[in-house]
Formats: sequence, C-alpha cells, structure tokens
Amino acid sequence: MATCVSVCLGVALALLLTWRRLPARLFLDAVVSAPLVLPPTVLGYYLLVALGVNSGVGRIWERLFGSSIVFTLTGAVIAATVGSLPLVVRAARTGLESVDRTLVLAAHTLGAGPIRTFFTVVLPLASPGIISGAMLGFARALGDFGITIMVAGSRVGSTQPASIFVYDSIQANRESDANRMAIVLTVVGITVLYVVNRLSRKHHG
Amino acid sequence: MADLSARLRVERADGGFALDVDLSFPPGITCVMGPSGAGKSTLMAAIAGLVTPGRGQVALGDTLWFDDRRGISLPIQQRRVGYLFQSLALFPHRTAIGNVEYGMPRGLHRAERHERAHALLSKLGVDHLAHRRPRTFSGGEAQRVALARALARDPQLLLLDEPFSALDPDLRRQLSQLVRRLVNELQIPSIHVTHSILEARSLADQVVRIHRGVVAAVGQADYVLADCDPADLR
Repeated sequence: MATCVSVCLGVALALLLTWRRLPARLFLDAVVSAPLVLPPTVLGYYLLVALGVNSGVGRIWERLFGSSIVFTLTGAVIAATVGSLPLVVRAARTGLESVDRTLVLAAHTLGAGPIRTFFTVVLPLASPGIISGAMLGFARALGDFGITIMVAGSRVGSTQPASIFVYDSIQANRESDANRMAIVLTVVGITVLYVVNRLSRKHHG
Repeated sequence: MADLSARLRVERADGGFALDVDLSFPPGITCVMGPSGAGKSTLMAAIAGLVTPGRGQVALGDTLWFDDRRGISLPIQQRRVGYLFQSLALFPHRTAIGNVEYGMPRGLHRAERHERAHALLSKLGVDHLAHRRPRTFSGGEAQRVALARALARDPQLLLLDEPFSALDPDLRRQLSQLVRRLVNELQIPSIHVTHSILEARSLADQVVRIHRGVVAAVGQADYVLADCDPADLR
C-alpha cells in the first residue's frame, strides 16, 4: 500500500520538479530528498510530532475515524511512504526527463492537449523509470525499520513489519526465525535491484 | 485554397537577434532558406503555435490564428497544422498505424480511424509497416510514416523542417516528388525549411531567404537563388 501511495505522490512530485519555472524548485527537491540523508529516528520523530494525538492532523483524524494515526497500520503506511518517496521521485524524475521534448510537441501538433499527451506519450515512455522507482520504493518500504518503529511501534495489530520481526526475533533468541526473514528480505532486495537494473538497461537501449 | 499570412516578431530567449518578418504563403510549396540560426525554425514554430510571438498576426485565409492586438492566440491543437519535425518525432511506443491514428480527429469511430490510417499509409506506400514500431523502419520508411501522420488531421497547412536532410539523394528526390504530389492534391500552403538549393529549385513555387531574422529575398527560385552563394545558406 505504501508503494502505491508513494508512486502516485512520487510521480506527481517528480512532474512538479521537472517544471523548470517552479518557484523554489531546488529547495522543494532538497526537502523531498531529505529522507535519504536524515536519520530514520529523526524522520520518525517528525512524523510523531506531526501526526500524534496532540497534533492538529492527529486530532482531526481521530474525530473523523475514531482512532489515532500513530501506532496503527495507517501510521506504518505513512512511515514507509515517507522513507521510500525520495527513491520513487528521483527515479520517476529521471524517467520523465528522458522523454524527448519533440515528442510532446509532436503530440500537440496532432491535436493532443496536455492531459492526453501526458497519459499517452509521456507516461508510457517514462514508465521504465517509474517502475524502477516503484520497485526501489517497495524494497525500501519492506526493509524500513527506524521510521516505522517510531511511528507504528513494533507490532501493528496482528501484523509486524519484516525488519522489526528480525529485531524482535533476535531479542527473543529466536535465531532461526530471524534467519528465515533475513534470507527472504535479502532475496527480495537483490531480485528487485536486478529487475531495476534490467529495466534501466532496456530503457537506455 | 487559402493563403497563410504571417507578420510577426519573435524575440529570442537567448538575447540574439529577433525574427521580424512579413510573409505570405500561397497554396503550394514555399522553401525557406538561410544559414543555421537565421530564424527559419523559429518562424515555423511561431506559425504552428509552438512559440508565441511578441507581436504580429498569423492568419490562414480569414481565420486569425494569432493577433497580439486582439489578444487572439489559437492553441496549436486548433490550428490543424501537419508538422514534420526534423527528427520526425514518431512515437517509439506506437506502431506505424498507432502513430497515424493518434492524429485522427477524436470524434471518429475507432473502426473509421483505423480504416483512414490504413488508407494514408497505403497512399504513402508503407501500409506493410502498419503493425511495426518505428525502431525497425529505414530512413525513407520513417519519413513516409511521419508524413502520413502529419496528414492525419486533414491539415490546412504543412510545415516540414528539413525533412529530407539525412537521406541519400535518390530517396530525397523520391520523397520530394511525393510531397509535391500531395501538396498539389491538397491545395494547401506547405512550408519547407531546407539548405538544399537543388531541392528548392526543383520543388518550390516560392522561395524565402532569411538572414539574421529578416527576409533577405522572396520570390521564385530563379530570382531568389540567382548569385546566391551556397555557403550563405549553411
């Protein structure tokens, strides 16, 4: 779910960042990319402050849905989305910027407005970049530890984030469980990176 | 059968000289010539609506496409221009027929769009490529498919930006003749940017020579190109 959210949000942000006349473009780029360099605990702390029960957003959410954002599945999704967003935005932006501008102009001369041009020309041609971003984002969300444990705790209902499961298993001396999950995460991570490499090689001819 | 008139001034973003012209393009082929950077492509872009002139007027017959004084600037989508880009700009993710169908009017039924696109490809001798993608086309085939796509909207004006520059002389001659036939049939103005004096002499009903953003000469090829040094056109 976090991957879906970060792909939709990431493509929209990437599109915004490719618009050269956007005011404060470089600053917005830096803010979007910040999760790459900030310690996950700091990001988790910011999210706790922004979404916690004492925050405006937290109060409105609680009034609307009767539960808090933090320490729930929603909190876990938001945490994983924030962590994976910069990867999605960067890959999607590279994909969008690689689309030949003349093709966009050609679409306009053929009667297509900006929306039709985006969905029929830009998006299909940028899709290898967007798919790469989505896969990297998925792998990142899967392995997220720091932000998730700060925002969602170690257990969300009956489900537990994979990376936290490894941590808990080691703490509880369940080494074989930790071992199994570590192998699953490693295989998924390497597979994703391999597919991303294949996609980007295909994209660049 | 309407003339295109273009009286316009376009300031260049890089601070270079402005394009400042007053031209009329009757139905038939007008070749626009001049050295690189003279303003030929800017003229095409301004007529098509890809670039907004600072001031002036562009009209096809009685229909105003652009008039800065009246605040009229018809979007490119409504100008019905067939534009053949120098790079051809065929959509790489679509087949030949997909490229041609893209330009067909949206109101048409799908089957009719398909049929018309096939007819256009067939007219240009490339119907056999209908279900292939552009990366498999030869230079001449790509030109023909791009031309078919440019005709898909029943254009009122054709703009060809150095369309045959990358082709060998034989292919260039063949395609020039094909364009000549199409323009005769459609009876619309067709503006070709070219560096080739030979092409201009064999093809043009009118030649416009542009130098540093202004019209240096306009008229029949023999008149405009008499004692013209080919080096001045590169």
